[in-house]
Amino acid sequence: MSILPYAVAGWLFIIGLYGIVTSRNFIHLVMCLAVLQSSTYVLLLSVGYRVGGGPPVFATAPVGTPAVDPLVHALVLTDIVVEATVVALLLSLAIRIHKNTGNLEPDKIVELRG
Amino acid sequence: MTITTRKRLFVMFGAALLAIFMLAVRELPEFGHYRGPYGDVLNRETVYERHVTDVVSAVNFDWRGIDTLGEESILFLSVVGTIVLLRTGDGETEHKDEQGTTSNDDIPLPSEATRVASLGLVGPLVVFGLYIVTHGHLTPGGGFQGGVVLATAPLLVYVAGDLKTFKRIANHEFVEITEALGIGGYLSSGFLGMVLGSAYLRNVLPLGTTGHLFSGGTILVLNVFTGAAVAAGMVSILYAFLEHTIEVRLRRKG
Repeated sequence: MSILPYAVAGWLFIIGLYGIVTSRNFIHLVMCLAVLQSSTYVLLLSVGYRVGGGPPVFATAPVGTPAVDPLVHALVLTDIVVEATVVALLLSLAIRIHKNTGNLEPDKIVELRG
Repeated sequence: MTITTRKRLFVMFGAALLAIFMLAVRELPEFGHYRGPYGDVLNRETVYERHVTDVVSAVNFDWRGIDTLGEESILFLSVVGTIVLLRTGDGETEHKDEQGTTSNDDIPLPSEATRVASLGLVGPLVVFGLYIVTHGHLTPGGGFQGGVVLATAPLLVYVAGDLKTFKRIANHEFVEITEALGIGGYLSSGFLGMVLGSAYLRNVLPLGTTGHLFSGGTILVLNVFTGAAVAAGMVSILYAFLEHTIEVRLRRKG
């Protein structure tokens, strides 16, 4: 049972990679990348989790209350910000590609451009 | 490469990857049994050393302040990249304001209920966003989260009204100046530590009383700069995408 969070992270990574490999649409591909990246959130948060640990915020709880690792939370925050902006950038690339070639299928664009 | 070969390659390398991943997981601490030590040290010392109650914010804007600067740069470059990519290129007709307004009338306005609900939410969301930005060192939140909340306010105006109103609020110049101030402020406030004889991005401002709004030294300052940068960046991205959508819609009609 305790292996489940790691299994979920691995599954998200593999399923996202499968989507990228077999993608026939750039927007679908970007979304698969987002799924793939979400595996890192699950992995990081599971590594820092402690049974019975509260949030690493001591506004009401006194210092010394068992809490989870704040470092991985900060890393996940960075991860989410980077993902959101990279997705925006990739989606604008997809729009650009569609505008220039009238197509969103990765294979067809390779054929067109040589 | 055909899709079948690609799938075959995926199965091969995916299996190898899975095997390596499983080996790695075996060495990880069992779920729920965090071993430390860094998280525990941070949880124990941050409140005393920095007078803030949200350790995650302290990690982001103090202990790892320089990494967050890198994160901000990624955000900034992505925003610039998005704007450049979605810019109306050569040989494409740019629809001017007057044309835009007349053709805009063809797009049906949202229902009264949607408009009232969206416009009613704008004010509370701005207040809530500012609250999240400025209380990042006390409770969960901070510049990144609050910035995104702030950026939803103009989006709701777009949902409620038309592109013109949205354009007036998300005025290019204003958003760009805010973005520049946010990034530049973060970057330059780091030098304060150097000027005062310490290291770049060192927390040198007075720490104040734990639990008060004005506490934690530079963490609050950096949160505000980050909030400005994120909010302006998100509005810029929204504007770039929405402007483009309307433009395409107009061209299809015209």
